[in-house]
Amino acid sequence: MGNYAHPETLVTTDWVAQHASDARVRIAEVDVDTKAYDEGHVPGALGWAWNSQLCDTVRRDILSPSQFEELMAASGISPDTTVVIYGDNNNWFAAWALWQMKVYGHKDVRLMNGGRKKWLSEGRELSTAAPKIARTTYKASAPDLSIRAFLSQVQSAQAKSAAALVDVRSPQEFSGEILAPPGLPETCQRGGHIPGARSIPWGKACNDDGTFKSYDELKALYAGEGVDGTKPVIAYCRIGERSSHSWYVLKYLLGYGNVANYDGSWTEWGNLVGAPVERGAAASAGGRG
Amino acid sequence: MKEMKAEEYQERKVDVGEWHVNLTSYRLDKEFHCKADNVSPGAALARTTGATREEAEANAIARAEELLSRAKRRAAEA
Repeated sequence: MGNYAHPETLVTTDWVAQHASDARVRIAEVDVDTKAYDEGHVPGALGWAWNSQLCDTVRRDILSPSQFEELMAASGISPDTTVVIYGDNNNWFAAWALWQMKVYGHKDVRLMNGGRKKWLSEGRELSTAAPKIARTTYKASAPDLSIRAFLSQVQSAQAKSAAALVDVRSPQEFSGEILAPPGLPETCQRGGHIPGARSIPWGKACNDDGTFKSYDELKALYAGEGVDGTKPVIAYCRIGERSSHSWYVLKYLLGYGNVANYDGSWTEWGNLVGAPVERGAAASAGGRG
Repeated sequence: MKEMKAEEYQERKVDVGEWHVNLTSYRLDKEFHCKADNVSPGAALARTTGATREEAEANAIARAEELLSRAKRRAAEA
């Protein structure tokens, strides 16, 4: 996997094809479009629905420790299981799932490079059968909140310019021209971005086939916007899944030490009374004070 | 239970109103499937099927048109 900082967190479609029936490996598909799994998935893969199984469905939050433990147990996952996650939209919600597994300390969790798109485009085997799962017991680690940014931390970082804020949404969302991706419900009251944030859309980290760009390309992409790992980094988007993707790139492919995902993201910030908001297109990194 | 492969995989971009849409289509068994997403940022708009690629794509475009007609642009000046 090139010269990524943590190549052990990424596997190829070939690797998955070879290991999908390995008892020590569990494959999980997580899609934006939760109907995609039923259409056909990697044989042996189970499906997790981001909107019902990877969040608290009552309050807005990620899974609680007990909810996470239940999901892992019901999925046949033990703390020493190698978990490989993939999904549509170049792994948007697969990265969201990986991020939550890292919050709860799962050691060996990886993304399938290129996600569902690459698996389909390569004409690989698909199955409509749900796997038979033998339940396990799972004990989560104490949450690692160093990789999760809460509102107060983002407000403090923004006020003190103490972190590089990376807005990974589309340029039109960043500027305030649109409040949500075209076609999706508008879930905020105001458009724009957190003052001082740099616009680095998530998709710039990917090749056309859905795989990640090379280490050198990624390094140049972020460094070109002044995000070089010398300062803590906080990534955000609209609801936290696209920023999980960029968080993964920054944390595991580039190896930056201090990277957090602000999962409250724009649906939190853009609805706050009195929060500072900046509008307009991104300025070049060199043109900012 | 069905084992199959995506065949005749194809991606193409079309304009729906003032928005760019990516259409991904392929055949699974005897049915064509189509997924429409907006090119930037790539959010899923529709997943449809049809007896032919053209039918699946037409269904996806119709659904995308319906959703995208609700998208509003605003003044984005600072």
